[in-house]
Amino acid sequence: MKYGLRVMPKKDVLDSQGRAVKKVLERAGFSLEECRVGRYVEIESDKSKDELMKMADYVLYNPLIEDIHINEIEA
Amino acid sequence: MKTIGVVRFLGTNCDTDVFKAIDETEGLKAEWLWYEDHFDSDKHDGLVLPGGFSYGDYLRSGALAAKSPVMDSVVEFSKTGKPVLGICNGFQVLCESGLLPGALLKNKNLNFIDRWVDLTPESTTSIWSLTKNTYKVPVAHGDGCYYVDDATLSELKENDQIWLTYGDNPNGSVGDIAGVLNKEKNVAGLMPHPERAMYKWMGSSDGAGFFQSFLKGGQ
Repeated sequence: MKYGLRVMPKKDVLDSQGRAVKKVLERAGFSLEECRVGRYVEIESDKSKDELMKMADYVLYNPLIEDIHINEIEA
Repeated sequence: MKTIGVVRFLGTNCDTDVFKAIDETEGLKAEWLWYEDHFDSDKHDGLVLPGGFSYGDYLRSGALAAKSPVMDSVVEFSKTGKPVLGICNGFQVLCESGLLPGALLKNKNLNFIDRWVDLTPESTTSIWSLTKNTYKVPVAHGDGCYYVDDATLSELKENDQIWLTYGDNPNGSVGDIAGVLNKEKNVAGLMPHPERAMYKWMGSSDGAGFFQSFLKGGQ
């Protein structure tokens, strides 16, 4: 099984990377409301989604500042 | 003579400066500790986790180092009540390991900041308490924006866990926080580098007081 883990900064955490990217896009004339920058991790494992969540809790994301979403992308 | 362990991870780069700062403090002797090893709490009177870029800051600053074998021993050591100090990346490692509250985000202005700051000591109830009004010490970091949510910030204030604040907040830290303590007040972490301010010729000798705190710990 291939899993995709999307890690994003929490809504109330200052995302300075997202803010910088937004500024650059706007300077080039693009129009956007918001831009947030996170991280994407792919893991291949025969373990269950629960086990993946344990890996996430162990080190892949920091619940103080980030949210995580786990997707099964390939059987 | 008190023996202070200096923990080296892959990518630690302020280790030699910290080792010297300890060795040149009267009454203290430095000893190396390696990230892959466990150690016995009885053999040391204090610990320092120096700055650097452990694991190249991969995933999050300090996150991978926080899972090193040596950290099991650091956690055990901290339970004895003996002092543990994390500087810069060492502070990030202590936050990621749960020994200190909060997290360090990218600096608000996204710049790597390398300059002198004035620190104001806040907490007055631990061996880490400092007596002067301000301390001139340099910062050098990209991820130094201290973050805790509002509820935790109130708790930190209530428990006197805010150790140091910036006079002129360089990185967007919540509450101008430059350093914090754990609830038990034996574990301390700060972003600035006291080991780079040991003598007047360095630009300031205010950093020396931070290492002298180890002399105040129990026997």
